[in-house]
Amino acid sequence: MNNKINFLQEKAKWLRKETLKIHKVSADTRLASSLSVVEIFTVLYYGNIINYKTEEPDWSGRDRFIISKGHGAISLYPVLADLGFFDHDELKKVCKEGSFLGSIPDPIIPGFETVNGSLGHGLGVACGVAIALKLKKRKEKVFVLIGDGEMNEGSIWEAIMFAGQHKLDNLILIVDSNKICMLGYCKNILDLEPIQEKLKVFKWNAKSVNGHNVSQLLDALSSLRDYRGKKPVALIANTIKGKGVSMLENDPLNHVKSLKKEDIDAVIIDLP
Amino acid sequence: MTTGIRMMRDIFIEELYGRMHKDERIFFLSADFGSPKLDQLRWKFKNRFVNVGIAEQNLINVATGLAIEGFTVYAYAIAPFLSMRAYEQIRINLAMFSQLKEINVNLVGVGAGLSYDVSGPTHHCLEDISIIRTLPNMIVFSPSDEELARSFVDYSIKIRKPKYIRFDSKKLPVIYKKSDNIQIENGFSQLRRGKKICLISTGVMTHKAIKVAKKLDKCGIDIGIIDLFLLGDFDKTRLVDAVKKYKCVITLEEAFINKGGLDSFILSILDENHLKINLHRIGFKDKYVFDIGSREYLHRLKEIDEDSIVGLIKNIKSESL
Repeated sequence: MNNKINFLQEKAKWLRKETLKIHKVSADTRLASSLSVVEIFTVLYYGNIINYKTEEPDWSGRDRFIISKGHGAISLYPVLADLGFFDHDELKKVCKEGSFLGSIPDPIIPGFETVNGSLGHGLGVACGVAIALKLKKRKEKVFVLIGDGEMNEGSIWEAIMFAGQHKLDNLILIVDSNKICMLGYCKNILDLEPIQEKLKVFKWNAKSVNGHNVSQLLDALSSLRDYRGKKPVALIANTIKGKGVSMLENDPLNHVKSLKKEDIDAVIIDLP
Repeated sequence: MTTGIRMMRDIFIEELYGRMHKDERIFFLSADFGSPKLDQLRWKFKNRFVNVGIAEQNLINVATGLAIEGFTVYAYAIAPFLSMRAYEQIRINLAMFSQLKEINVNLVGVGAGLSYDVSGPTHHCLEDISIIRTLPNMIVFSPSDEELARSFVDYSIKIRKPKYIRFDSKKLPVIYKKSDNIQIENGFSQLRRGKKICLISTGVMTHKAIKVAKKLDKCGIDIGIIDLFLLGDFDKTRLVDAVKKYKCVITLEEAFINKGGLDSFILSILDENHLKINLHRIGFKDKYVFDIGSREYLHRLKEIDEDSIVGLIKNIKSESL
């Protein structure tokens, strides 16, 4: 078990570094939002949580992973390349002419399920997928990643009510709770807390973890994956926006902050 | 001409109910909106009917999720709320997404135009043709009678693209017979051939066009009528052939004019085909309708009633043709 945790920790370190390299390729990528989810992506893909086939991205037996906070997902590009969804060289072309890797991913990229970029859509679409899979008596799970700020959108709450009402226990929501929107701390804009309790009263099973602790994430996601409790399940991952980069961490305006190209190599060396 | 005994939506749902017995991939969603015919459907197909509640955004999103898993989905709601409350969901998850993946979601809206006359401007639907038409990859279906509504069921299953259907909520007279064998993909039907002037109407206004033509007959003015029911990317050759002989075309819609609706659809066809035909637009001017009263009363008030249209055509005839 320790070996597995060590492996995941090393993978997370690698992924943080690779994410910064992509940011060096294009400063238009949203770095801080993509750093808070590094451990979540690591555990989902390297912790055997998500089923997939790289040679067949649309394989009907895959778990569906809908990334609703699309702007914060450039850190998934290195994972997908590493696993073989596309060639590693593509990472050098992010946001360049002719590339399929933009600053916000769409399903023109193998491994992405939905059109992303506008917040508040993914969970509702995931509800439809979850119903469809149940009707077809399929065992695959539907994972959805949203941001905490995204929960300001009314459509998220329409979907939360819907999933609870219809007991979508094949639906696993991961909230990247990094506490910061574009213009500052969520609590000063629309205070979402307590998210976990809110989900529970909306008929969900909800847990919270430290979203940078791969061991906690692995335990929680493994148990939620196996959950059969006739409720949708949510994992609130408490994270730090810009995690690992001291220039970004704790800066309430880090959402749109880009690093200077020449600073990135030094930032990579300084990564914890 | 007889008045239909049922509404278009009931005919459509009844036909669909029949298909649901044979085709297990059909799923019906409603945003807490009903119809007498829907009751048998939702009781019979408990697994394939969901009322999402008064939540149009989620209606579209859930429909998308079902569609990307291969279902043929019908999303049913009051037309203005379906087309406008959830516009971005339609834009991203239907129009945009369907360019990358097969998505057969049929938005079934009830209450086109002033169907809900006395409910006021929130329930009037005068923008839907133009705003949905603006979205790439979307097909707009604007039928004038129940036979068209029935025929559209086949088309809606066969054509694996997102569509917006705007049904009138009132019982309308019957125009077509089953034996007419309407081809939806043609997009229109020529109801009458005229001499110099042709009315091109959609939805409920086709019934007005028919009455106008009869009145003008008595004055010796012989106009053509084209019932246009599809607004989207279809082969326009037949439509161009039907229109090109006229000197003047008048579009007639229970919608705002000069806003990208039927008038603009026709104008761009005339333009693309270098047809030098005068175009007149009849519909609502640039104001919402807060006045209370029946549809006919509102039409008179806004001068899109039969007599106003007859007068307008007489003027055109005497002035320019």
